[in-house]
Amino acid sequence: MNYSAIIDGSEASLKNFLRTLPGVDQVGAESRAAMLATRSIKNATKSYAIDLAISMVDLTTLEGADTPGKVRALCSKAMRPDPTDPTVPHVGAICVYNDMVSVARQHLDLIGGHDIPVAAVTTAFPSGRASMPVKIQDTQDAITAGATEIDMVIDRGAFLSGQYGQVFEEIKIIKEVCGEKAHLKVILETGELVTYDNVRKASYLAMLAGADFIKTSTGKVSPAATPPVVLVMLEAVRDFYSMTNVKIGVKAAGGIRTTKDAIKQLVLVNETAGPDWLNPGLFRIGASALLNDLLMQRMKMRDGRYASPNYVTID
Amino acid sequence: MSNRIDVRKTYKLFINGQFPRSESGRVYEIKSGKDFVANPSQASRKDMRDAVTAARAAQPGWANATAYNRGQILYRIAEMLEGRTSQFVEEISLLEKVTSIQAKAQVKQSIDQWVWYAGWADKIATAFGSTNPVAGPYYNFTIPEPMGVVGILAPEKPSLLGLVNCLAPVLVSGNTAVLVASQSAPLTAITFAEVLATSDLPAGVCNILTGIKDEIAPWMASHMDINAMDISGAAKKTQPALREAGADNLKRIFSFSDKAKTQRMTSFLEAKTIWHTIGI
Amino acid sequence: MSNFEYAPAPESRAVVSIDPAYGLFINGKFLPGKSHFPTINPATGEKLSKITQSTTADVNKAVAAARGAYVKTWSKMPPAERAKYLYRIARILQERAREFAVLETLDNGKPIRESRDVDVPLVAAHFFYHAGWADKLQYAGFGEAPKAHGVVGAIIPWNFPLLMLAWKVAPALATGNTVVLKPAETTSLTALLFAQVCQQAELPAGVVNIVTGDGKVGAALVNHPGVDKIAFTGSTDVGKIIARSVAHSGKSVTLELGGKGANIVFEDAAIDEAVEGIVNGIFFNQGHVCCAGSRLLLQEGIHDEVLEKLKRRMSQLRLGDPMDKNTDIGAINSAEQLAKITSLAQVGVSEGGESWSPDCALPVNGFWFKPTIFTGVTQAHRIAREEIFGPVLSVLTFRTPQEAMEKANNTPFGLSAGIWSEKGSRVLWASKHLQAGVIWANTFNKFDPTSPFGGYKESGWGREGGRHGLGAYLKGGDHE
Repeated sequence: MNYSAIIDGSEASLKNFLRTLPGVDQVGAESRAAMLATRSIKNATKSYAIDLAISMVDLTTLEGADTPGKVRALCSKAMRPDPTDPTVPHVGAICVYNDMVSVARQHLDLIGGHDIPVAAVTTAFPSGRASMPVKIQDTQDAITAGATEIDMVIDRGAFLSGQYGQVFEEIKIIKEVCGEKAHLKVILETGELVTYDNVRKASYLAMLAGADFIKTSTGKVSPAATPPVVLVMLEAVRDFYSMTNVKIGVKAAGGIRTTKDAIKQLVLVNETAGPDWLNPGLFRIGASALLNDLLMQRMKMRDGRYASPNYVTID
Repeated sequence: MSNRIDVRKTYKLFINGQFPRSESGRVYEIKSGKDFVANPSQASRKDMRDAVTAARAAQPGWANATAYNRGQILYRIAEMLEGRTSQFVEEISLLEKVTSIQAKAQVKQSIDQWVWYAGWADKIATAFGSTNPVAGPYYNFTIPEPMGVVGILAPEKPSLLGLVNCLAPVLVSGNTAVLVASQSAPLTAITFAEVLATSDLPAGVCNILTGIKDEIAPWMASHMDINAMDISGAAKKTQPALREAGADNLKRIFSFSDKAKTQRMTSFLEAKTIWHTIGI
Repeated sequence: MSNFEYAPAPESRAVVSIDPAYGLFINGKFLPGKSHFPTINPATGEKLSKITQSTTADVNKAVAAARGAYVKTWSKMPPAERAKYLYRIARILQERAREFAVLETLDNGKPIRESRDVDVPLVAAHFFYHAGWADKLQYAGFGEAPKAHGVVGAIIPWNFPLLMLAWKVAPALATGNTVVLKPAETTSLTALLFAQVCQQAELPAGVVNIVTGDGKVGAALVNHPGVDKIAFTGSTDVGKIIARSVAHSGKSVTLELGGKGANIVFEDAAIDEAVEGIVNGIFFNQGHVCCAGSRLLLQEGIHDEVLEKLKRRMSQLRLGDPMDKNTDIGAINSAEQLAKITSLAQVGVSEGGESWSPDCALPVNGFWFKPTIFTGVTQAHRIAREEIFGPVLSVLTFRTPQEAMEKANNTPFGLSAGIWSEKGSRVLWASKHLQAGVIWANTFNKFDPTSPFGGYKESGWGREGGRHGLGAYLKGGDHE
C-alpha cells in the first residue's frame, strides 16, 4: 500500500503525523475495556464464540526446548484440536521459530493441513536486538522454509528514543522481504511501550509501514495482550480503515489463557472494530494453553456437564 | 475666624466606584435630636439595579485577583480607616447617641475586623477546601469559590461595625456586594465609601446605597441576578417575605447572629469539586 | 452476518420476593396502609405490588416516632455506638447487594449492570464512609461539638431510589439526626426493603421511618412543624416551592435540583475516551440524571469527527430488557416522564434541531425512548436550556475556549460540567471558569461518598458527600 497522501516516509513527516493522533486517557480506556468485560455471553452465542476463538488461535510454541517432535505434535493438535469431535474447527495457524518452520509445514501437509499457515517469529525475536542484515536473513529463511506469515518485532529502543523513521524503515524492509509470499504481523511489544499513547502511535507507524496485522506482544514480556491494549489497537485499525479504506488485522498474544479471556477479546473486537473483524483473516489470538480450555468449555456446552482435563490432549 | 461657616459634605451613593446622586433625585433628612445633620440620597430600586450591574461586571475580575492581592486590598482598607478615625467617631457619636469613647471603640473594632478578614483571603481554600480520597484512579479536590453578587442589608446599629461585619467576609473570598446602609445612621457608610474609593478596591466590587430599607429590600430579594443575601440587618418580621421572594432564583439568604464570624464567610462560598483522571 | 449476536443473559428474579402490598415503616414496625396505589415495572408494565398512600396522620405518627427516637435514644447514644449501627447497615447492604440490585432494576427500569455495578455498591460505600464520621465530627470543621438538627425530613427522587436514600440517611444518622424518609411515588420498593435492613441491624425503633405516597406526602413533611431540617433531591420547580414553604418556618434546607450540564470537548481531547464520556454523560441511567451532560459543546474543528464516532458508538448501545446483563439502556421510569421527554424532543424538531437516533427496536410494552442526539442546536433552543431528564443530547459548537465557558455558564443551572482536553493548564483554566458544583475532567458521572456533590445557582443549596456534606446535617453548617 502506498500512504503517500498521509506521510512521505521521512522522519519529519512521521513525527508530524503521529503528533496529530489524539491521546489516550488511561483511565477512560481501561474503564471502557472493563465495562466490555462485563458482557455476559451465553448459550448459542457462547458456542459460536468458542468455535470462532478456536479458529483464530495461532497455536504457538516458542521455547528454547522446542524439538521437531514437539512441533509435529502441535501441528496434529492444530489440525484436529479434539480427536473425538470432527466438528471442532482447526486453528488459525501454527507459530514457531524459523528453524522449526519446515518441520511444521511438512507435518501439516502430511496430515492434510494444507490450509493451516505456518507463522514464524523473526527479526531476532523477541528482543529484536540484531543488525538489519540478520533480521532480513532471519525473515528470508523462514519464508524459504515455507512460512506464509511473518511475526516480526519492532525495535522498541528506537521507538522509545523517538527514532520513528528507523522503526518505519525496518518494517518496510521486512514487508518487502515478505512480498506476496507472506503476511506480515508486526509485534509492538506493548508491555515495553508502557503507555497507551505509545501503543496508538506504534500501531499507526506499523500500519503505515505496511503491516497486514498489528500484534500486541511476543509473549515474553508482561503485561501483554491486556483488554485495554487490544482496545486501543482495535480503535487504531478501525480509524485507519476510515482513513484509508484498508483493513488491518489485530493479533492479541500473551496472557490469554481461558475461554473467558478469549471471549472478552471477541467482545472487544465486536464492539470496537466491529463484526467485520470477527474472522481469522482479521483477528488472531496467539496462545498455547488457551486451546485446551476452549475445548473443555466446548465439551461443557455440548454435553451439559463440566469437563475434565483428562479428556483433552496435552500436546 | 470664629464666625466661619462650616463646609458641609454632600452624602451621595457609591456605585461602580463613583458617587452619584440617586437617579430618583430623592433625599431624606437625617437629624440629631432636633438638629439637621444631612440630606443623604434616598436610593431607588433603579439605583439598586445599577449597583447590581456594576457588582456583576466587577465580580469575575475580583474573584480572579490573587488571594494575596485581595488580602492586601482589605488590609489597605484597614489602613485608610485608621487614618480617618476621628471623622467616624464624630459621625457615630452624632447619630448613634453614644459617647466618643464608645464611638472610638466601634471604629477600632471595625479596623481590626478588616485586618482579621484580610488575613483570611489566602487561607480560605486551605481551611475550607479539601482533597477527597475517592475510590478510583481520580484526583479529586474541592475548592471554595465565591457565590457571585451578594446583597447586604446592614444593621441599623452599630452603623460602621455592623456594616463591616457584613461586608468584609463577603468581599474577602471574591464576592462583590451591593449594600444597603443603616437607614437611621447612614453617614458612616458613605464616609466609609470614601475609604473604599481610596483603597485600591476595584470599582463595582462594593456598592453602597442609602435610603429606606423596606423599599429596596424586596427588589433586592427578587432580583434574579443576585446570588445571595445577608439579611441580618432587616427587621425580623420582614425576613420571611424576603426569603420567599428570594426563592425565585434560589438565592442563598442568611441572617446571622452577632457572634457569627467565620460562618459569615463560609456561607457565601460555593464548594466546587473537580475530578481528574490519573494516568500515564 | 455475524452470529455474535448476544443471546439473552437475564439476571434471576428469584433473589427477590415482593409482597402483594406494602405498608409504612414507622417506629421500627411495618404498619398496614389504608389506601394503596400500584407500583409497576416500567420495562413491562407489570404490576409489582401496591404501595400505601400515606395520610397526614401517618406523617404525624412518623415524625413523632422520629422525635421520640431522637430525644430518648439516638441523641443520647455515644457517637461510636451510632457508628456501629451504620457499619452494620453497610455490611448488610453488601450481603444483600444482589437482591437490592434486582429489585431496583425491576422497580425503576434501569439496567441491572448499573444497579449492580454503580447504585448498590455506592449505597454501601455511603454508609461505610459516614459511619466513620459519627465519632469524628469535631474534625469536620463545624466547631468542637457540632449539634444535630433533630428530625430530618428527606424527600428523594425516582432516578436513583436507593442511592438517594443513602445520600440522605447515612449522613443524617451519622451526625445524630433521626429521619422520616419519603421515597418517590414510582420507586418505593428498595426503600421498603431498606427498612428490613434497619430491622436486621437492630437500629433503634424510630431512627428511620418511611412514609410512601405522592407529592402531597412530601408537602406534609416539608410543612410539618416537628421537622427541623428538610433534605430534598428533585426538580428545581419543586425545590423553589420548598424554599418558599420554609421561608416562614426557619427550617434548615438542602436542595439538590436540576441541571443542564455542559460537556465540553476541546480539539486536543482524547477523542475515543471523550466519546465514551459523552455517552456515559447522557445515556447513563437513560439520562435520568440531574448532573447529566445534556449539552455537548464541541470545538468546531472536531465536530464532524466526534459526531461520526458518537453515532457509531450509539449504534452499539443495547436497549431493552433492563434485567439482561448486557443491556446498556433501560426503560424510562414512567409514562409521565416518557411524555415529557417526547414532548421536549418534539419541540427540538419544531425549533429546527436535527434529530438522530440509532436504528434499534423498542420493546412493545413499558416506556421506552431511543437514545437521541440533536445537532444544529444553539443556546436559544429550548432543548439546550430546559432539563429533559431523558436520553436526549443537544450538540452545540464553539470556536474559542472563552466562548465555550460563556455558553456553558449561560444557564440558570450550575450543577455539573465536563471538560475533555489533554492539556493540563487548559483543564484547570476551564475548571476555574465553569460555574458548576461538580466538574469532571476527562471523565463524567463519577460519584463517591468522599466527594461533595451539589450545585451553584438554581441547581440547589448545599452539598452532599464528603466533609462539606456533613454541614447540611449539623447546626452551624454551611447552609443554616
